[in-house]
Amino acid sequence: MLLKRLAAASLFTGLMGSAAFAANCGPEGQSIRILASDFPAIHAVVGAAEANCAGSAEEFSANHTTEARQIMNAALTPNPAEYTSVILANATLTQLMNDGLVRPLNDLVEKYKDSIPPNVLITIDGNVMAVAFMANSQHLFSRKDILEQAGVDSIPASYEEVLEAAEKIRAAGIMEHPIAMNLQTGWNVGEVFNMIYLGHGGEFFAPGSAEPSINNEQGIATLETMKALAEYAHPDHLTHASNETQGLWESGQAALAVMWGSRGAPILDDEGSTEEVTSNTVLSAAPTVGGGSIPAATLWWDGISIASNVSDEEAEATFAALISGLNPEMVAENNDDAVWLLPGFEPGPAAAGVAGTVQGGARPYPMIPQIGLLHAALGSELTDFLKGGESAEQALSDVETAYRTSAKEAGFLK
Amino acid sequence: MKHRTFFWFILPTLSAMILFIALPIVSVFLQSLFVEHEQVLVVSESCGPFGCTPTTTVDTAATAALQEEQPLGRYNGLNTYINRSHLAFVEVGEAWRSTETFGAFWKQIINLPFYRALIFTLTYTAVVTPVVIALGLAIAVGVNNLPRILKGPSIFISLLPFLVTPLVGSLILFWMVDSDGVIGATIQRIFNDPSLSLKASTALTWTMLIVYGVWHTLPFSFITFYAGLQTVPEDTMEAAMIDGASKWQRMIHVVVPHLAPLMSFVTLMLLMDNFRVFEPIVSFKAEAHATSLSWIIYNDLRESGNPLYGSAGATSMMTIIGVVILLTPVLIRTWRDFSRKAH
Repeated sequence: MLLKRLAAASLFTGLMGSAAFAANCGPEGQSIRILASDFPAIHAVVGAAEANCAGSAEEFSANHTTEARQIMNAALTPNPAEYTSVILANATLTQLMNDGLVRPLNDLVEKYKDSIPPNVLITIDGNVMAVAFMANSQHLFSRKDILEQAGVDSIPASYEEVLEAAEKIRAAGIMEHPIAMNLQTGWNVGEVFNMIYLGHGGEFFAPGSAEPSINNEQGIATLETMKALAEYAHPDHLTHASNETQGLWESGQAALAVMWGSRGAPILDDEGSTEEVTSNTVLSAAPTVGGGSIPAATLWWDGISIASNVSDEEAEATFAALISGLNPEMVAENNDDAVWLLPGFEPGPAAAGVAGTVQGGARPYPMIPQIGLLHAALGSELTDFLKGGESAEQALSDVETAYRTSAKEAGFLK
Repeated sequence: MKHRTFFWFILPTLSAMILFIALPIVSVFLQSLFVEHEQVLVVSESCGPFGCTPTTTVDTAATAALQEEQPLGRYNGLNTYINRSHLAFVEVGEAWRSTETFGAFWKQIINLPFYRALIFTLTYTAVVTPVVIALGLAIAVGVNNLPRILKGPSIFISLLPFLVTPLVGSLILFWMVDSDGVIGATIQRIFNDPSLSLKASTALTWTMLIVYGVWHTLPFSFITFYAGLQTVPEDTMEAAMIDGASKWQRMIHVVVPHLAPLMSFVTLMLLMDNFRVFEPIVSFKAEAHATSLSWIIYNDLRESGNPLYGSAGATSMMTIIGVVILLTPVLIRTWRDFSRKAH
């Protein structure tokens, strides 16, 4: 609607840069270059920024790529940087901050505070490093028809109940492998460990240091939970990431799944699945585990950052343009594409899982400089345990030694 | 050719090789001797939409100062080569001392990432290379004996696997062997086991990767041998026929010796290619069951968001050394043949 109104305005009045009247776009004639991941919610934000402020900028370009994480450090290192802004998340902010490639936004936030919604500033030691606009986390997807059929009368709230329900479904002969999880070797299996470990109340590092601290009771309990879940997962689970688990779900081959919130809308829409599956899919908070009180999940946000190695004018123009994109009209038009942290958002059924997980007090994915190295070590060393060739203690000690080796090389440990 | 003429003749090639092959290798070697600076960590607090948590951050100013002092990083000598991610001398020694049986020792060795990758890489190379040579020769002889009208189409069809990009070819096969795919489902039906999965077992994953490797590289050896077959001297073949040699005897005693230099060439190329096996592992998502040296390099550079250049450099150097060791016997043989002919 906004787009149409703006187009009409510029058409009839012939005013130059009508968009600039609608939104505060900061200094004019600057170059705005954005690097971002490739999914609908981020296209929406960048698209809205472009509609508002491309007219008053000399250049407005956006590179949406799934490889954003791989190229961002290299692209922001030269001066001037290749991009003026990266749309990033918890983990990628640390990755850029480790090399000092994003700038503190305090004065920009002060200047544009009227357009910035409350509670979205990512502050580290008093410096605003990013402005978040959407949330994401893993949570539970359940098929209520199959649960009823198997005699489970409520949606499972803990992993213990998930396992119990899975056993009932299997025993009733409905499905041999009712659970779907992203257990692909590498980043995904590491992330499953992270969320269940946080659910057990674990800490990844000794406080204030880079020494790993996962080889403990919570770590072992986490691995036991993962193995129990894998027993009920499709035999190919070590190759399953989001696309595969979504496929299993949409084809009706799973009854309980822990998947990303961002998969909620695509699963509930009328494409790629049957009425039977979509109408019986219930999204709920991530399960708790081991008697813990918080959902076992990692909370993620996506937000705006501004590169260090660009001129102050370019930085301001980019910031103003992107902030102008975070308006209620954009949210209204793309309501179901994300769990927006912005005013105007009306949580629909697709947002129920993430909302429940956030309200349950799940912990955010840690923003610790060396977490990427530990995550990578988890990703490559845990599969031996899941395959059954190794004890939990051995797997965790392998993770710690693998992490120590790479952390020494990266300079985090002596 | 005069030395002087030869020098000018070879100069462009030589300088390109130095610039694009020798210097990068030297640079990779140098980088593998260094590790990153110590990261100066400061304790801080991070706040966001989900509340505040204590955390640590890198003091970028202090780290940048260290970087200014020593741009390459900290000198680490060959320590990266012998750490747990690579040759793991300490861990191997420890395993040797602490285990009773060879089986237990072996189990600890294959728990180390480098050796695990090396074992798959060597197995893959050792199986795929001879199979591709033997099958390639067989297909070449077969096609060569076809009636003229069928030769063109069969050559084209035999070359097809080579025309498919490795990444795409292995992805297609990956989907076909899925338990919902045409091959996977057929195998389940044949063995009447609905939970049988090619992707869930280490042995089957290795088989799948090796079959893919053979399928993909076969056209190379086929077309080389087919070209070689066109040069088999008619006179010798006729003489052998008159002497009463059977088809098989002619194959073994005339054709194969004639193709021997080509076989050395094909073996060299295949050994180099197979030792660098990489794409099928990524496309087949086979990391849980099989890794290779090239995959380790890729993983070191990519997985943590904090590229480990030293580790990747060390693995690259050891891959080069591995290729040299594998090629040495073939090269020695070629050299002997060459000097015999020269005298």
